[in-house]
Amino acid sequence: MSSRERILGRVRRALADVPRDDTPYERAVARDYLREHGERTPEETVDLLAENLADYRAVVHRTDAAGLAGVVAGLLASRGASSVLVPPGLDAAWLASADVTRVADRAESTPHELDRVDSVVTACAVAVAETGTIVLDGSPDQGRRRITLVPDHHICVVRVPDQVVSSVPQALGRLDPARPLTWISGPSATSDIELDRVEGVHGPRALDVVLVG
Amino acid sequence: MRVALFLTCVNDTLYPDTGRAVVRLLTRLGVDVDFPMAQTCCGQAHYNTGYRHEAEPLARHFAEVFRDYEAIVTPSGSCGAMVRELYPRMGERARAEGRGDTLAATLAPVVPKTYELTEFLVDVLGVTDVGAYYPHKVTYHPTCHGLRGLGLGERPLRLLRAVQGLELAELPGAEECCGFGGTFALKNSDVSAAMGADKVRNAESTGAGVLCAADNSCLMHIGGTMTRLRTGMRPVHIAEILASTEEEPAV
Amino acid sequence: MSGTFVGMPAFPEAARDAVRDTTLRGNLRHATHTIRAKRAKAVAEVTDWAELREAGKRIKDHTLRHLDRYLEQLEESVTAAGGTVHWAADAGEANRIVARLVKETGESEVVKVKSMATQEIGLNEALEAEGIRAYETDLAELIVQLGEDRPSHILVPAIHRNRGEIREIFAREMGEWGRPAPEGLTDTPAELAEAARLHLREKFLRAKVGISGANFMVADTGTLVVVESEGNGRMCLTLPETLISVVGIEKIVPTWRDLEVFLQTLPRSSTAERMNPYTSTWTGTTQEDGPRTFHLVLLDNGRTDTLADEVGRQALRCIRCSACLNVCPVYERAGGHAYGSVYPGPIGAILSPQLRGTGSAVDASLPYASSLCGACYEVCPVAIDIPEVLVHLRERVVEGGPVTRAGNKVVLQPAKGHAAERAAMRAARWAFTRPGALRAGQRLASRTRRLHPRTLPGPGRAWSGTRDLPPVPAEPFRDWWKRTQGGKGGAA
Repeated sequence: MSSRERILGRVRRALADVPRDDTPYERAVARDYLREHGERTPEETVDLLAENLADYRAVVHRTDAAGLAGVVAGLLASRGASSVLVPPGLDAAWLASADVTRVADRAESTPHELDRVDSVVTACAVAVAETGTIVLDGSPDQGRRRITLVPDHHICVVRVPDQVVSSVPQALGRLDPARPLTWISGPSATSDIELDRVEGVHGPRALDVVLVG
Repeated sequence: MRVALFLTCVNDTLYPDTGRAVVRLLTRLGVDVDFPMAQTCCGQAHYNTGYRHEAEPLARHFAEVFRDYEAIVTPSGSCGAMVRELYPRMGERARAEGRGDTLAATLAPVVPKTYELTEFLVDVLGVTDVGAYYPHKVTYHPTCHGLRGLGLGERPLRLLRAVQGLELAELPGAEECCGFGGTFALKNSDVSAAMGADKVRNAESTGAGVLCAADNSCLMHIGGTMTRLRTGMRPVHIAEILASTEEEPAV
Repeated sequence: MSGTFVGMPAFPEAARDAVRDTTLRGNLRHATHTIRAKRAKAVAEVTDWAELREAGKRIKDHTLRHLDRYLEQLEESVTAAGGTVHWAADAGEANRIVARLVKETGESEVVKVKSMATQEIGLNEALEAEGIRAYETDLAELIVQLGEDRPSHILVPAIHRNRGEIREIFAREMGEWGRPAPEGLTDTPAELAEAARLHLREKFLRAKVGISGANFMVADTGTLVVVESEGNGRMCLTLPETLISVVGIEKIVPTWRDLEVFLQTLPRSSTAERMNPYTSTWTGTTQEDGPRTFHLVLLDNGRTDTLADEVGRQALRCIRCSACLNVCPVYERAGGHAYGSVYPGPIGAILSPQLRGTGSAVDASLPYASSLCGACYEVCPVAIDIPEVLVHLRERVVEGGPVTRAGNKVVLQPAKGHAAERAAMRAARWAFTRPGALRAGQRLASRTRRLHPRTLPGPGRAWSGTRDLPPVPAEPFRDWWKRTQGGKGGAA
């Protein structure tokens, strides 16, 4: 007998006492919890996103389409970045004012090569206001997962209010589980020393989030 | 209203003053209290140590002794929780073991009408000021089964706040277990003692002379720790504080 | 479970030393009290916490009830997404599968994401025996691995270490494993985190094989989820060419939507955050993004035996948040090592004796490692009634009875060493069903009360070594009641 058959057989025997129940799953679990916490206008939702991002030490900037290139260029310059990773589908206008070497997101790049790049600029798939989270789904304007991981500085552009949802349940509804997702809530952190939070471990230690309205 | 006092075996044997205080207090509030002499023990120690089957005859005995009363009042959060929370579970387990509904049916009548003392005062009698006088600084320890089992919440504190002359001091770490836990106190005596010592140190830091709770089992452990640590504090059951009046003060 | 725990003494003996270790007591007190207040605040922010908790419980119960169906569905969807599914009935089989998969890549080192399942099966030791070096990359796991220590907490395995001790370990050991700690390393948490970043970076960048667990597996999409903070998880999940995930079969949820419950309750319960810094989800393999090869090893190792116990099976709802550890007064004083398992604290006290059986001294003692205060149940985000299961397992120890071990039904004999207690319980039951006998005993006690010592010899020292006994009153209450008709007549 294979272990597969052995385990499935054990499961069935273990549940021998449980009465049969063919209720469809949609009805088997009551979901009395909220779809979102509190009522907010779209503007207030964006404000909450900004507040919660900042609470977990992301640095939040607000601008409009016209000001975006300037903000991105300023952030790269203030970090002293000389190279920046660019996802293939990133709007070229976002980097129009930046005086840095553009490094393409390529499958052949080794992790060591990525490690030599200073910053990365991406868009996002969705942002969650209640938790201060941005979610990347590997779309062309976000690139492979590793490009937002290895460089020490990540600039993420969020189109507000369209890309912002209030809550985790709303975010999951907008996301495609077949894509590899990365949910980011502030720069990397740890609670491993005396159960107290310290920012800055393996992921980017600096996270700039630009809210573009 | 025919009200039975379920004193508990521990109180009956070791803390008769608590029993007398409950009788005095309830009588003062116009309640006709009876003490059924056939009562013994709810079976909590058996059940919680893993001897559920030994606890069953005690539960049946309890149900037989108390079944005809309108309300059953006990000055013990843990014994109250035993009846309310665990008697139904004993019935379910017997059913799951293929022994039918007999135990569940026997125990069911006493479950909803068993009240811990402070619950009975606040919820059934609807009083918070019981006319008590107790001129001491007191800190209150909410025992675990009262707090998390029965959900006594603010009831004991509301009663204490209405006592004349009583100065209530907030206990740091109040909701943390004192470390008694029945046979836990013996089986894991080192951890139990460490928890007890922390509880007593927290109590001492309030400057109160009295630590009050609604369960003498926990108070036995806390009080035994207090004298061993030579603190000068004393444990007092809440019934004795609520029974105390200017005319007849508690000793 | 891990060989490092073989031969552990029973809980009370192990706890005795921990209680007297003032540094350990201080470390645990500081850490658990810090997180307790924060958790309460994070939970209070969510007005529908009770409903989320109830939904989490129901989702897990429903899944467990149809576990065979969801396991098959998961296998199908992971395979369809490009992954390969393996089934491991026990620790040995899981370790053999992983070792074989690593060897097939031709590599001799792997980087690991923190994973309870791989701790449970002792994977690192098994790989070492096969000549494969496993590098732990979670900060706390790194501290444990470098210190040749044992984990003592689910979320923060090095919780028993304070910053000064961590500095010592890093300064002493990092050079043996790779890049040494920076010169003049101090004990500030930020510097310690930086030292870990530098030490591990070279390992991440060259790693070809990553090993992980998972917090959740979604049956209908085949998606795995890892919830983490540091980014070491992302490194291990995306940089290597091969990813092997070892996951307990109870980690399934039926649908993608179910994550909306747990992604709200898990971070708040574990690190007391609205959301943890990084959550990664992946479904099989993705073209030119992340590992080209993905293996999922589904682990039983006692879980189906636990599932067979109708009271104990609720322990399989656990999402490993560790809120119950942080709030437990026994854990705070006894420390994690006393539990003799990678699963310490209240959840460990009900999980270990079910996954491993109650055969060993430590496993038979774990159901008693609780005052039944109920704080664990109160904070549990999937409403596991830990006190209920503890009492149930106590019953199994003292009464024996039918259990399932390795898929077979067996009847346990009552454990040895409880004979005196059993006799005392029976005698008490006999007396308590006869009010006359109780009264006779009370009277004897009252009459001889002046002879009673305040401390006891022999086994009684368990009480009176630290606590005085209460004095026995002159008469029990029932005698007073009878004599005075309840205070109405006669002398009060």
